[in-house]
Amino acid sequence: MAKFMDRETLDRFRKRLKEETAPGKKRVVSLCSGTGCGAYGTSEVYNALSAELQQQGLADDVEIRLTGCHGFCEKGPIMVIHPEGVFYPQVKADTVPEIVGQTLKNNEVAEKLLYKDPSTKKRIIFEHDIPFYKRQKRLIFGNNGLIDPANIDHYIAVGGYQALEKALFEMKPGEIIDEVKTSGLRGRGGGGFPTGIKWATCAKHHGDRYIICNADEGDPGAYMDRSLLEGNPHCVVEGMIIAAVAIGSSEGYVYVRHEYPLAVSNLEIALEKAREYGLLGQNILGTDFDFDIHISRGGGAFVCGESTALMASLEGRPGRPRAKYVHTVEKGFRESPTNLNNVETYANVPLIIANGADWYSSIGTQYSKGTKIFSLVGKVVNTGLVEVPMGATLREIVFDIGGGIPKNKKFKAVQTGGPSGGCIPEQFMDLAVDFDELSKVGSIMGSGGMIVMDQDTCMVDVARYFVDFLKDESCGQCNPCREGLKQMLNILTRICNGEGREGDIELLEELGVMIQKFSLCGLGTSAPNPVLTTILYFRNEYEEHIREKKCGAGVCKPLFHYEIDQEQCNGCHVCFRKCPQDAVSGEKKEPHAIDQDKCIKCGICYEGCKFNAVVIR
Amino acid sequence: MIQTANIDWNKVSAIIDDYRENHEALLMIMQDISDMYNYVPPEVIPVLCERLGVKESLVYSVATFYKTISLEPRGKFIVSVCTGTACHVRGAEKLTDALEQQLDIEQGQTSADGLFTLEGVRCIGCCASGPVITVNKDTHGGLDRSKALNIVESYRQQASR
Repeated sequence: MAKFMDRETLDRFRKRLKEETAPGKKRVVSLCSGTGCGAYGTSEVYNALSAELQQQGLADDVEIRLTGCHGFCEKGPIMVIHPEGVFYPQVKADTVPEIVGQTLKNNEVAEKLLYKDPSTKKRIIFEHDIPFYKRQKRLIFGNNGLIDPANIDHYIAVGGYQALEKALFEMKPGEIIDEVKTSGLRGRGGGGFPTGIKWATCAKHHGDRYIICNADEGDPGAYMDRSLLEGNPHCVVEGMIIAAVAIGSSEGYVYVRHEYPLAVSNLEIALEKAREYGLLGQNILGTDFDFDIHISRGGGAFVCGESTALMASLEGRPGRPRAKYVHTVEKGFRESPTNLNNVETYANVPLIIANGADWYSSIGTQYSKGTKIFSLVGKVVNTGLVEVPMGATLREIVFDIGGGIPKNKKFKAVQTGGPSGGCIPEQFMDLAVDFDELSKVGSIMGSGGMIVMDQDTCMVDVARYFVDFLKDESCGQCNPCREGLKQMLNILTRICNGEGREGDIELLEELGVMIQKFSLCGLGTSAPNPVLTTILYFRNEYEEHIREKKCGAGVCKPLFHYEIDQEQCNGCHVCFRKCPQDAVSGEKKEPHAIDQDKCIKCGICYEGCKFNAVVIR
Repeated sequence: MIQTANIDWNKVSAIIDDYRENHEALLMIMQDISDMYNYVPPEVIPVLCERLGVKESLVYSVATFYKTISLEPRGKFIVSVCTGTACHVRGAEKLTDALEQQLDIEQGQTSADGLFTLEGVRCIGCCASGPVITVNKDTHGGLDRSKALNIVESYRQQASR
């Protein structure tokens, strides 16, 4: 493939691709091969599918497209047959022949393999009719299910790199920045800083300016950046090139976690292809604009998501933050003006440039524009990645899209914003989710992790969990964070072990405020949030742990035990068979009992009992 | 017994060449070396210093700061239990307990036969399939206690073949 040396050739090429891939030309089976579906066995399905297509003589008529994450990870591996959009969840190698025979050969649906709506019990044929997808607005994430990330032509065919053409040939750098400013786009990495203002400030400072993409997705429970890089790397690359045009930069970096091998390799392929097509490198599309992007792999340090720490890491040093008397837009990477945005922020840019700021700012709330991808995980029926307009309520996200809590358990809280965020209780379920509303209730948007917690989640344990995480991840430079978090963890561990004392809650609050006020970087100043919000909304659980030495959720091992309710137990024998310690005794059809001396509180009997006879005491 | 590595100096040298002796790529060079041996043999450190023109103290501070680097030999299979929030609320700790018991080691240690190192890893972004473990580069999702134990056993069998 030769380089595109002007806009017209690329336009003609895109037009040809669009015609070639127009609906009806060829059947396309898109098979999700993201890390989530991969963990459920996409590769076996792929092998079975190619073998079956050969056998049934369809190999030339059907294209198998290995795409990135479709978002509905709970139901992986996912298969969608285009152009109709027939959706098959949880595909196994042995169900492939039926799908090929029925749908691809006879144009019928394999009824039994279709998605079954858990609330109506009805089978649903098309992807767009499934409640999980129906209520979303997938502006950024929608293309993931359509394109093979390793094939740049797929991205170009859906309109890719058109925004770059517009930015290069129709707009002045200042106009691009103004467009981004007017769109109201705010940073998706967590801070919510207006992107256009950041760009404008960076462009003002002189020197070799750098464009950096923060893909050090560290918030536990959030994986939208991984899925974007894995599934549609070109939209991020295009966003970065447009930023480079606007700010005036010739070199960019993507700082991505080493733990995301698929994202790294798909991004490497994307960069290579973009260079081949003349979209990266020297004289992009025949203009005098030069820009290239390199990959830097992070080494598993949460603090490297902080801008100054990330830049230290890029320079080959330990990722320790510095005080920001001078901002990184003035002196960042290699002491030069540096513009750092998150993956999802860059992915928004081509949309804004292609469709205009007015269109973009018509979506969302007054001060938070556009859509946001959330990773909806934890104790929720439909786990996966969900893209909704800013301002959707928590209830819509957790119950309408997420399908509520599994096993008829009771909702307790939703945790947003990762370790820097907070736990939001039921009374705020009608909160319209955007940057400002979340901070009003003590949490933050963060990068978009949304972890649903039910009655079996202990809020003191959750607080302990986050502080334990942050204590490990603290870089150790400043006292409040290093020592303060350690002390908080000591207190929380004591409470979880049943050694809590009166005054512990107040001490935690005092320590929390101290750490917030005096820490050096964002990690420290936000670290006490999970503790403070759980105390604010779930103080009763702390008091129960301290005063009654009880953990009602059955998580803190020294504070509860399992018992079998003699009234409820019908002697089905399931717990008897499943117990790894032989701690359960009882004859069939007679109520059973647990020997507390043998029990290790692994919870297998509790999870396995269909009659709610195993209870937490 | 855990074997210390027999270092292939040509390969180490080729890795450094790949990054054009760029000192900013120190961490990535160590990651690539680690991919070969599952740890960074301390013998390579003087070579890194010389080729990249950096001080030994910097190499050690980078190696000890980042979790993906170990200067101690590790097992043939690195079993990492994801400890992200989603996996945590779905019972990741129970997997760790079960694996510790099965392998007779604690988190961070290597089994006596040198096959398995058990580690905790912060979120690997597979949250919808939690709880999740990775064994070297393979991801296994939707686990419970017994499934996790079976997976580890399958790697043990793979090694004995």
